[in-house]
Amino acid sequence: MTRENILNLVLALALLAVPFIAQAAGQPFTITLATRIAILALAATGLNIALGLGGLVSFGHAAFFGVGGYVAGILSSHAFSGDPMLFGLSGSKQMLVVWLVAMMTAGVLGLAIGAISLRTSGVYFIMITLAFAQMVYYFAISWPAYGGEDGLSIVVRNQFPGVNTMRPMNFFLICYGVLLVGILLSALIRSSRFGAALQAVRQNDVRVASIGISPMPIRLTAFVLSAMLTAVAGALYADLNRFVSPSMLSWHMSGELIVLIILGGTGRLMGPVAGAALYVIFEYLLGGLTERWQFFLGLILLATVLFARGGLIGLVAGKVRHG
Amino acid sequence: MKTFLKAATLALSLGASTLAMAEPVKIGLITTLSGGGAGLGVDTRDGFMLAIKQSGNKDVTVITEDDAQKPELAVQIADKMIQSDEVDILTGIVWSNLLMAVVPGAVAQGKIYVSTNAAPAALAGEKCDPLYFNAAYQNDNLHEAMGEYANKGYKKMFIMAPNYPAGKDSLTGFKRYFKGAVANEVYTQVGQTDYAAEIAQIRASGADGVFAFLPGGMGIAFMKQYAQSGVKIPVMGPGFSFSQDVLPAIGDAALGAKASGQWAKDLDNAANKKFVPAFEKEYGRLPSIYAVQAYDAAQLILSAASKASVKDTAAFTAELKKADIQSPRGKFKFNTNRHPIQDIYVTEVVKDGGVLTNKIIEKIFTDHGDAYAQACKK
Amino acid sequence: MTFALAIEQLLNGVQLGVMLFLMAAGLTLIFGVMGLINLAHGSLYMVGAFACATVAAFTGSFWLGLVASLAASAAAGALIEITVIRRLYARDHLDQVLATFALILIFSEGMRWLFGSFPLYLDIPPLLEGAVALPGGAQYPLYRLAIILAGALVALGLYGLISRTRLGMRIRAGESDREMIAALGVDIRTLYTLVFALGAALAGFAGGMVGALQSVQVGMGEPVLILAFVVIVIGGIGSIKGALIGALLVGVVDTMGRLLLPQVLSLMVPPAQAGLIGGALASMLIYILMAVILAVKPRGLFPAQA
Repeated sequence: MTRENILNLVLALALLAVPFIAQAAGQPFTITLATRIAILALAATGLNIALGLGGLVSFGHAAFFGVGGYVAGILSSHAFSGDPMLFGLSGSKQMLVVWLVAMMTAGVLGLAIGAISLRTSGVYFIMITLAFAQMVYYFAISWPAYGGEDGLSIVVRNQFPGVNTMRPMNFFLICYGVLLVGILLSALIRSSRFGAALQAVRQNDVRVASIGISPMPIRLTAFVLSAMLTAVAGALYADLNRFVSPSMLSWHMSGELIVLIILGGTGRLMGPVAGAALYVIFEYLLGGLTERWQFFLGLILLATVLFARGGLIGLVAGKVRHG
Repeated sequence: MKTFLKAATLALSLGASTLAMAEPVKIGLITTLSGGGAGLGVDTRDGFMLAIKQSGNKDVTVITEDDAQKPELAVQIADKMIQSDEVDILTGIVWSNLLMAVVPGAVAQGKIYVSTNAAPAALAGEKCDPLYFNAAYQNDNLHEAMGEYANKGYKKMFIMAPNYPAGKDSLTGFKRYFKGAVANEVYTQVGQTDYAAEIAQIRASGADGVFAFLPGGMGIAFMKQYAQSGVKIPVMGPGFSFSQDVLPAIGDAALGAKASGQWAKDLDNAANKKFVPAFEKEYGRLPSIYAVQAYDAAQLILSAASKASVKDTAAFTAELKKADIQSPRGKFKFNTNRHPIQDIYVTEVVKDGGVLTNKIIEKIFTDHGDAYAQACKK
Repeated sequence: MTFALAIEQLLNGVQLGVMLFLMAAGLTLIFGVMGLINLAHGSLYMVGAFACATVAAFTGSFWLGLVASLAASAAAGALIEITVIRRLYARDHLDQVLATFALILIFSEGMRWLFGSFPLYLDIPPLLEGAVALPGGAQYPLYRLAIILAGALVALGLYGLISRTRLGMRIRAGESDREMIAALGVDIRTLYTLVFALGAALAGFAGGMVGALQSVQVGMGEPVLILAFVVIVIGGIGSIKGALIGALLVGVVDTMGRLLLPQVLSLMVPPAQAGLIGGALASMLIYILMAVILAVKPRGLFPAQA
């Protein structure tokens, strides 16, 4: 077992153990923090498929995160009120249905955004994904039907078969389970033929094209998969907060998702988990110490980018081994 | 026998009151202390803490946290305060959207919420809750007042607000009372900073008055640009557009603007004459309406805490509802939906000793409630 | 719609375009020469506005404030170039995005630390107060006309600087081949610092001028920054000419869209609805414009040769 694998295992077990210890110690709020870590880690794992494997620096993944959230919010509000939605479909309170719809919606949106954005590369790609996310953001802000700027409350958390999701521990376990599935999926993609092609396209798309593989469909597939996973995280995030608003779609959110990956370590399987844990802990600890926590978060982030490029996992487990 | 009874009652009541006072009250104050809207949150906190300090009540603890104007952060803080800190009462949120995210969950967990500002229609009517109190107003009130005021001498109004639910409610509230014609109804972008396009439309509209609901930085930008545009049509708005925290930034461009408010610093009553100098002495600046509302929210809680135990929710909310306080606003009582019934004034921005401030010019509504109270059955 | 209203709105669009150009020119110059994407450009705009407001309040002179905004933003730009940005030139865009994102957090919270949370105020200089009559019966604020003029002068000056001076020659050389001019013995470190400070000064100048129209507050740079990104992507990243044309296009389309969309819609739906939906569409309009342009020309209207 490599040091990174040991670290990965420790991370996964620690995240699972913390809520149980917290519950035993009478600190129920810590469970909420752990849930937040799991959800943000899932969102970043989704983004990491595009960013880490495909080298596609999407500065607009908040669009998918937010769309996932809005799907959860809209479906549950229709289920609550009983009003039919578009085309006479009814809402749903079932998480499994919500996740499926979130993935489908984000997939279609990802296909549209990707089809245009992937015609560009480099800085243009960063900018155009940002612009598309802004477009969705402004749409959500100014469309009055689902709360606009004010956002949409989810009165009761969506349901999962056989589980009372309102209990923090149960909800954490659901999120943790989905996170594990997400990480497993991303590991499978990484080691698949598709993953190999994707990484080859990242390293040298001209060479890949010259052996007869067209880079565009590969990138687009990765982008869409990435969008779908991030959307599930968005749906969970909406359920965690029992609230969804355009702030989930803002460009700060897109920035934060990238930050999570970098803090943890670019190109690492568990980088998003380590990054999300660091980020949430920073936010909580610094936020408790000073109102100016964003200032110090900025300094820490800057130092990470400049001096600790491998992020947390790089610091502990050493450089990525190529081969 | 009689004396004995008297003495016993006295002892009982003394005993009861000391008992209630001794019951510690833990208050969670969630407000915006960082980001663009921090000015409002700082005034909320300071107004609230002034009342606590003045009371000298050692049994009341206040935990303050910053929501950074983010709804999801506000929900998390509320969860933490309820689950870990075990607060009895939540308060302090400035923004309607944050309030809508926090209040349903908080009252469902049996916590009392006293709003210091935000008062969305959704919580005033059918979906009101016995544990939710609003010490400020109902969101529509100040817009309604301006609609009523515009009836005096304005025939055709140009009305504008940001494109978000509170903006929509604002124009609805205005139109609820305004009987003249609406020249144009314009929704601007939230956070918009350049109003050149809207000002051009005002110039071309042929209206004889402008009603603008543009809180915070939006109002500052609009008023400054409007003053430079050469358009002379008078501007009015709800109090937020010209509150004390934004007046210095608008500068002389605000002079003469009419606004509605349930309080102004020159309001003539004993409580106000005590409050304004006390706030100025403590913090070195003039209080804004947000400070007054938070001050009253704290007074309400203190008053109820002196008569009932906060653990006995029914008794405590019954005491809250009596609103036994001396508000700087003057008369203050709660409606059936636990929103204020109060007088609403029209103010004009004037220069007082070199400082811009709002001066009351007339009382537009006496004992004004809100349009939703009847729908509240709880 | 009257002719006077149309003229006034067109001028409004141009004025917005000019401001965006000042922001976009710095962004595109920095990208063209150093290959760096700078998210913190909006923070430099904010620094300029705060410097202008502070100095103007202290001395009573808007003009001194404007000088201060140039100086402060150029100094802030040079400072972050030397301490942070310099280390990023060799990095990929991802690192650049993150490091400059971190700078935004530091600048925003730092400014709030220094100046508090309340907005600062800055008045228009008495010389430029009021409105002037335009031919055709329209009136227009003098200050906005002055902004258009100042922007046009800056554009001309920038053109002169780049096409006529020694510094400009080096900038052009840097845009076409970075390694080569270093090999030819040009002090590339100083050149980079100068270019960055120049870009920062343009942003700060824009901030100072706009500060008198709006409120000077933390976070004021971010909406402008995103619009400036849209501008340079439409114009072609690295092209000053593209930035100018892109900025005017975005300015006019945004202004006209906000005016016309609700009116067009009100032919179909009730006015209150038209206002809401039109407002929603208008706020998305420039992003739609950008998507359409990029779908046709993925490298923008005037792609820089790279």
